[in-house]
Amino acid sequence: MDELIPVLSDSEIAAIDAEIAHVPYSAAVAIDALKIVQEHRGWVSDESLKAVARHLEMPAAELEGVATFYNLIFRRPVGERVILLCNSITCWIKGCETLQAAISDELKIGLGETTADNGYTLLPVTCLGACDRAPVMMVGEELHQDLTEAGVRSLLGGEQGDD
Amino acid sequence: MTDTLTRPLTRNVHPDRRPTDLAAYEANGGYRSLRSNIGQRTPGECLQILKDSNLRGRGGAGFPTGLKWSFVPMDDGDAGPKYLICNADEMEPGTFKDRLLLECDPHQLIEGMILSAWTLQANIAYIFIRAEYHLATRLLREAIAACKERGYLGANILGSDFSLDMYVHVSAGRYICGEETALISSLEGKRANPRAKPPFPQVSGLWGRPTIVNNVETLCNVHHILEHGADWFQSLGQGEDAGTKLYGVSGRVKNPGCWELPIGTPIREILEEHAGGMEEGYALRGFLPGGGSTDFLTPEHLDLAMDYDTIGKAGSRMGTGTMIVLDDRTCPIGFILNLTQFFAQESCGFCTPCRDGLPWSAQVLQAIENGEGRAGDLDTLAYQIDYIGAIGNTHCALAPGAMEPVQSALKYFREDFEAHIERGACPYHGRGAL
Repeated sequence: MDELIPVLSDSEIAAIDAEIAHVPYSAAVAIDALKIVQEHRGWVSDESLKAVARHLEMPAAELEGVATFYNLIFRRPVGERVILLCNSITCWIKGCETLQAAISDELKIGLGETTADNGYTLLPVTCLGACDRAPVMMVGEELHQDLTEAGVRSLLGGEQGDD
Repeated sequence: MTDTLTRPLTRNVHPDRRPTDLAAYEANGGYRSLRSNIGQRTPGECLQILKDSNLRGRGGAGFPTGLKWSFVPMDDGDAGPKYLICNADEMEPGTFKDRLLLECDPHQLIEGMILSAWTLQANIAYIFIRAEYHLATRLLREAIAACKERGYLGANILGSDFSLDMYVHVSAGRYICGEETALISSLEGKRANPRAKPPFPQVSGLWGRPTIVNNVETLCNVHHILEHGADWFQSLGQGEDAGTKLYGVSGRVKNPGCWELPIGTPIREILEEHAGGMEEGYALRGFLPGGGSTDFLTPEHLDLAMDYDTIGKAGSRMGTGTMIVLDDRTCPIGFILNLTQFFAQESCGFCTPCRDGLPWSAQVLQAIENGEGRAGDLDTLAYQIDYIGAIGNTHCALAPGAMEPVQSALKYFREDFEAHIERGACPYHGRGAL
């Protein structure tokens, strides 16, 4: 479980220090540093958080306050791909609740949960700024638009090589 | 492709939305304004042109941009840094206009930012972008690298004594980051709590230094105005306001989308001609004119001009200019419940009326929607609107904004609230359907 290693790797340190280079003090890159660690380890464990706090010379409790404020800093493990399902107003009008039910049925997970094979985590997200193509969701870094229940099922079921 | 002089912001937007690279941008007149202004006009002259143009902030508040910038201390012998920040944290529910500008024409934003920074004599610029805009982030980073290579960014731009470094900061979520002082807190690596004003960011912003924060669309206008002049910009608008505006429509209309039109275009033209009118089988009940934190307007308002003052006088706000349509088969209470839950979730938690008041409103609305509403609930909502919605009771504008669709829903759709309570059920069976 390398994400539990309480020291930062050389490449993590290099990336964080590159951010520190253009700000007045190291704690100013708290969010960037958490994201760098999350990119390397998938999520931010207690051990990772303490290592980042030490590197930025700031209290771990203060960094925890920052980490838990932002919804895209993951303080719990997530699957290989995170599904961000938009549940804001236009997607709601266009049936995102039906999509959520279909995703949950297909993957056997609810909001905030990860599939048994660690393939997907399902999270709600605020308006994704693609309301003319609602309903929408992201899978990893990819935006999927004009979604239908069948489309979502084939996208997620198909990719998984369903049982 | 649209005409450069009448649709400046979308002149490089292709129907297939492919991005415009540096070569294509320059071939269509790009960075010409940079060459004719940096080291050619003084910052003071540039600021005067912007003031004369009557450009107003496109992020939602509509504050005059030149006036906002005029509060930045200039020529006061202070050699410390000043900052320019682009607010690309597009997250207002129902808003999808900045994504278009970022993904289709990143150099337009960068040219606008360089000339804004020149006008303000700011040497460091940030683009604060939401984490989900991966494509835009990549395109902006590539565009910044290309500009550095070309001498448009970095030290001594185009041989002048003006230098500018530009960075992309990718956010980690939360709607409140779009509030400019919360954005500054977040850029400093902190929780995104808004700050008390004064001091205003123009005097004490990022790291306590003079800072200007403007929306993507606002900054994209700057180099066009400096190239073609204040009179040209004024002539683009159809009424009191100047320039063009990216207008959008989403919901149950035939052709949802986003279009650059003269500011002040009538709502009917946007909804019926550009958005194609309602989908078959749906009728228009109302719409939020500019995102989730604006008051409902109704079909009786269709002939109003979409500009700041006209929409303001009608009791709403133009906001971001992207309308969300409420049709006759979607429950108005479900609609505002969705929005209220959004705002309750996105409260930064700093002040009590917002942190505790918005979840309370959501609870009352949820009960009504579930058919468990009671006779006194509408009075409770009215009390919440008075208390949470009053500017000055909360630390920032999030909670008052959240109350706008609620108060106008009560005004225009009161019979729907009463029907829910009387029947003990939602007459619409709740929700949106695919």
